[in-house]
Amino acid sequence: MTAVAEAPADAGATRAPTERERLERTWADPPGLWGWLTTVDHKRIAARYVVTAFVFFALGGIDALVMRTQLAVPEGRVVDPDRYAQLFTVHGTNMMFLFAVPVMLAVGLYMVPLMVGARNVAFPRLNALGYWAYLAGGTLLWASLLLNTGPDQGWFSYVPLALSEYSPGKRVDVWAQMITFTEISGLISAVEIVVTVLKCRAPGMTLARMPIFVWAMFVTAMMVLPSLAVIATASQMLAMDRLVDTHFFDVDRGGDAILWQHLFWWFGHPEVYIVFLPGTGFVSAVLPAFTRRQVFGYPAVVMATIATGFLGFGVWVHHMFVSGVLHQAGSFFTAASVLITIPTAVQIFCWIATIWTGRPRFGVPFLFVLGFFATFIVGGLTGVMLASIPLDQQVHDSYFVVAHLHYVLLGGGVFPLFAAVYYWFPKWTGRMLGERLGKAHFWLWFVGVQLTFFPMHLLGLAGMPRRVYTYLDGLGWNGLNATATVGAWVLALSVAAFAFNVVHALRRGARADADPWGADTLEWATPSPPPPYNFERPPVVQGRAALWSRTPDAPVVVGLSTERREILVTTAYDAEPDHRHRDPDPSIWPFVTALSVSVFFVALMFTPWAVVSGSALLLPPLLAWGWPKRERAT
Amino acid sequence: MSVARRARGLAAAPLLLAGCSLNRFQSALDPAGTQASRIERLWWLAPALAAPAYPLTMAALAVATGRRGRAPALPRVEPSPAAERRATRWVAAATGATVVVLFVFLAADLFTGRALLALGRGGDRPLHVRVTGVQWWWRVEYRDPAPGRSMTTANELRIPVGRPVVLELETEDVIHSFWVPALHGKRDHVPGRHNTLTLRADRPGVYRGQCAEYCGLQHAKMGIDVVAMPPRAFDAWYAGQLADAAPPADSLRAEGMRAFLSGPCAACHAVRGTPASAQSGPDLTHVASRRSLAAGTLPNTRGHLAGWIVDPQSLKPGTYMPPNDLPAPALRALLAYVEGLR
Repeated sequence: MTAVAEAPADAGATRAPTERERLERTWADPPGLWGWLTTVDHKRIAARYVVTAFVFFALGGIDALVMRTQLAVPEGRVVDPDRYAQLFTVHGTNMMFLFAVPVMLAVGLYMVPLMVGARNVAFPRLNALGYWAYLAGGTLLWASLLLNTGPDQGWFSYVPLALSEYSPGKRVDVWAQMITFTEISGLISAVEIVVTVLKCRAPGMTLARMPIFVWAMFVTAMMVLPSLAVIATASQMLAMDRLVDTHFFDVDRGGDAILWQHLFWWFGHPEVYIVFLPGTGFVSAVLPAFTRRQVFGYPAVVMATIATGFLGFGVWVHHMFVSGVLHQAGSFFTAASVLITIPTAVQIFCWIATIWTGRPRFGVPFLFVLGFFATFIVGGLTGVMLASIPLDQQVHDSYFVVAHLHYVLLGGGVFPLFAAVYYWFPKWTGRMLGERLGKAHFWLWFVGVQLTFFPMHLLGLAGMPRRVYTYLDGLGWNGLNATATVGAWVLALSVAAFAFNVVHALRRGARADADPWGADTLEWATPSPPPPYNFERPPVVQGRAALWSRTPDAPVVVGLSTERREILVTTAYDAEPDHRHRDPDPSIWPFVTALSVSVFFVALMFTPWAVVSGSALLLPPLLAWGWPKRERAT
Repeated sequence: MSVARRARGLAAAPLLLAGCSLNRFQSALDPAGTQASRIERLWWLAPALAAPAYPLTMAALAVATGRRGRAPALPRVEPSPAAERRATRWVAAATGATVVVLFVFLAADLFTGRALLALGRGGDRPLHVRVTGVQWWWRVEYRDPAPGRSMTTANELRIPVGRPVVLELETEDVIHSFWVPALHGKRDHVPGRHNTLTLRADRPGVYRGQCAEYCGLQHAKMGIDVVAMPPRAFDAWYAGQLADAAPPADSLRAEGMRAFLSGPCAACHAVRGTPASAQSGPDLTHVASRRSLAAGTLPNTRGHLAGWIVDPQSLKPGTYMPPNDLPAPALRALLAYVEGLR
């Protein structure tokens, strides 16, 4: 196959086009802006997601930097309390809903089809709609912050603070509608990934041969479906309480303030695993290339991933230990929260065994994996402490929790994400990221994380609550806060090094060939960056490490049309070829639908009549999207 | 490498904290109450269990990483079946150890939880105090079943040492959370629920607390002082607080009282023994006897009092206390009056 891929493609005017030229023509996007708006190529859409998510990451980081500067000294006067409330609300909301979850799913949307040997993601037009909805939601949130109408009730929107009585104006509605936008996008991404994994795997890639990263994304997507559906519903209930006086959460009129907390955390805790499981997937994807062996204990790691997916839904009440709702019953949630440590511990031990029995190479991705261990494990240990009701009563809603959650999410999510970016950047762009800048980025990031967040453990124990815009002098918190602020600036420097590295690599980075790391999974079997059709001849998989186990005479998939977009659908369990499926062409309707949805949702912040006008607005693009098209005769 | 340094840092950090000069009166690790001490004991168990786990894992990682040095990149490793079996045994052993440690912790946690509940029951006749969270201050009502023995104050909770205190946590608006780390963990004030928190101070002192659930703009400045007093001192204080405000002692204070009653003050604040009986702001009957102003935010001095009355928005932006543009003589009289409310 690589031989075919390397064949010169001189286009003779007289001879019939080669197979590859026909594929190029069939799968190419229209040129220019039109192609940009209509593309349904999973790689272009996922790349957009990744870039947008990193822009939001940078914005949320600037936001955090302002907060840390405000807190550098007691009674700081950088921002006023109202602005600070918007900043911490937007920081949390942005980092969870606009960065962490979308960026993980986006890397999944890019890599999963390549790693399972598919030509495109399942339901590519839906995928396009997902991105536009996400962009609209993110724009809404940040525009509102710039206009000084940013949400200010906290990313968790506890009622009654978030109800009209205590939060008049449109700030909370911005939050609720942003949630709706991003959850539409998240649910779409999850459906894409689930169906791609189950129905689009290359022949021979049985479930037991699936790369661990694909397993991780699959379990993540399965977690996204119920949890994001719940938060999307809950945020609409909140919006309805505010807009049309339903009383779901209004205590004075028969509602329940604790109901919101159950709904929010029923989503909110699985959310942590939605960020962490892809992180584990990145670790499992990077390690083979950097230790020269497959991940040790494949069945154990996969079972641990699945177990985490189930247990993740049984721990939400540990966010509510001090609400006074449960006494003895709380023990169940303590036990569940402690038990979820076990599958994670199994994975960590398996990775260490992988390194132990392999031949480690100190590339930048591997450094970030080591940073993941050193940072995430601290967060895991403090997580066990938070599972205990007595201990939680002390440190709940204190800076200890801020420390814990950043150790978990930066350690378990962002360290592996950076590893993944350094690892897959050559595949995405055809260029290598700089090694020296990468190491500077890593060390600044590692030191910055410890310097910023370790002191926060101590601050929490010393009685400093979260979400305070300032603190009094003389409480003994000054030195620790100043240290954390210095750390935040180190982190800013680190992200700047990363951004510079990316820009520099795009312009003059070393060229990458198809497989610069000598890795084991299918994405490395196609050129970097991959052509729109991913694989000229979709591969057939012969073993767990698809490339390392491939024999020279390995079969490939033949018989798919080159004149129209066609993909191979395989069976869910054994990946036996099942049928050929007509993959949709580029379309403008996902974009137009997203525009209609945006107008609809924004109008819904102001009037319930938007349901009527919005539905009318949505109908035409949906009809046009679904209108049956006669197949052109070829 | 740095990993080992970090490991030592983690193990040493709590020790460092215990010995260092952090504030003594708002810390969970300097307990002065039965419940907080009990939690603190569990608190030390957690790092004791975690302390070996972290360096051991990091050490394993360091050895694993350094084991073969920078071996040539390309050849793939096919570990021998014997090596894989050895690794399997290590992974299984480490997992088993993790499970054992977790169950020890779980058991300690359950015992501590039950002990805390038990502490809340038995013992002496408890003192009942209703603490109501209001944006952004605390109403404190001592509820004695004997007639004429109940009274209201604000932002300061005085309790007798050694006697259990049952706090009835209510809210007038949004969710707040009562947290005085030196005495106990926190508990939320939730609309429509009646949460209680039982605590007992074991030594006299001042223990500061702060609202721990985000409750709006001035969440950061919603503090409370808990003053634990020897029982007899407490009884004397209680008798003083039960009394109405003394009538103004001189003409300046009398003028101040007139300013208080005819101006905006009386629209929100009560002073027992005068016609002022509004409840939307803190009760000021004995405000001069309190340690701080503006909910644990400002020391109770004349200068801060004047600043707070004239321009509360610059001290606590967003507070519901409006600015008061008083002429200097009226302000002086008002200050004299309020300072007389001992």
